[in-house]
Amino acid sequence: MTRQPLIAVVDYGAGNLHSVRRALEKAGASVLLTSEPADLDAADGLVLPGVGSASAAMERLNSRGFADALRDQVGRGKPLLGVCLGMQLFYGANEEGPTTGLGLLDGEVRRMRGDRKVPHMGWNSLDARGESPLLEGINEGSHAYFVHSYQVMPASPEEVRATCDYQGEVVAIVQKGSLVGTQFHPEKSGDVGLKMYENFVGMVRAW
Amino acid sequence: MLTKRVIPCMDVRDGKVVKNLRYFTALPDAGDPVTLARAYNEQGADELIYLDITASVEGRGLILELVSRTADEVFIPLTVAGGIRNVGDMQSVLHAGADKTGINTSAATNPGLITEGAERFGSQCIVVAIDAKREDGDWWVYTHGGRKPASRRAVEWAREAQERGAGELLVTSMDRDGTGEGYDLELLDRICATVSVPVIASGGAATPDHLADAVEQAGADAVLAASMFHYGHFTVGEAKRSMRERGVPVRL
Repeated sequence: MTRQPLIAVVDYGAGNLHSVRRALEKAGASVLLTSEPADLDAADGLVLPGVGSASAAMERLNSRGFADALRDQVGRGKPLLGVCLGMQLFYGANEEGPTTGLGLLDGEVRRMRGDRKVPHMGWNSLDARGESPLLEGINEGSHAYFVHSYQVMPASPEEVRATCDYQGEVVAIVQKGSLVGTQFHPEKSGDVGLKMYENFVGMVRAW
Repeated sequence: MLTKRVIPCMDVRDGKVVKNLRYFTALPDAGDPVTLARAYNEQGADELIYLDITASVEGRGLILELVSRTADEVFIPLTVAGGIRNVGDMQSVLHAGADKTGINTSAATNPGLITEGAERFGSQCIVVAIDAKREDGDWWVYTHGGRKPASRRAVEWAREAQERGAGELLVTSMDRDGTGEGYDLELLDRICATVSVPVIASGGAATPDHLADAVEQAGADAVLAASMFHYGHFTVGEAKRSMRERGVPVRL
């Protein structure tokens, strides 16, 4: 497409969307923050951001009709980027609440356990696993900013595209087709994160 | 591997950066916050903190405008502390583009605010700042910019703040702040041994060795410094390279 791709950022009251919007704009997209599921259809790509609790997020997504709309859009292959809690909501069974996420990917979300500080907060280095358009042009070992207390346990190891080490392996990037998720916040990960938004906008352009 | 964070802190009054040599005694202006934020980001700062010391109500709007301008161009985490009295104030700074809010006086006088904020925005948004002074063989909490004793022991307050939902603690030694003698490692060690949330060391850093000491000897997860970066004695990058030579994992 020659025009700027339109990316809808799902606004379900999950806090600060300022940086997500600005990062996408810097990456060449025009951005629509929306709390209307009907707006998703016109967008070329979607972002499901997230801070806060999974159960509160799912309540809002369900009650506003976003859950079904997102499943429908993803079913049609539209690129969707889930960030942090947004990625965790891709999965079904979720210990936080507990609640049940969108079920777009198989696996579950568990509280981070073991002898380590929770939340996992700060810059951790990424270990790439296989290819991902999100990681194009990004050096192995680059750091990204994480802040989370729950982690995803994907049922399919081939969907894991990057991990990091936090006294044990933590899944950092997942991908299945045009569905991509990052456990870290690319919009808070400096130039590395901005490059990932560019890569996502590239995926949207290619779709 | 998770790296240790280096966090420059900017004291902001009426939308401008100020830096004190002694505790909360303002000195002349040292620059535009956004220019400085951009520079620190380029030097490799891992996060930024704005401590708003604006006294006037009219001045409060300036910090929001400043946060928004900063978040427009700097894509690393930003914490805003100072003058946050209720969830409405938290909402305002988070909505303007901050990632975390720091609360100090309002938390000590109304501890329920920690829980309220954590439930509304998530623990990761709530940084409880503790100003501690050594007196009679223990550390005591002070509020109102270090002017009023809170009649709370710092280590106990740290534990309580965590239990109430703080996602992180910013621990400032009032005895060391502005002295350049290094952090109060004993205070930090005690608090790090007590809580399981990340602890940011603050107060007294003047050299990269001080930063490394807080991590290696006291177990701090992050180190805050102001003057050493502010006056250009060290860049953030120089400090981090020096920390790495000491064996501290940092992002370079």
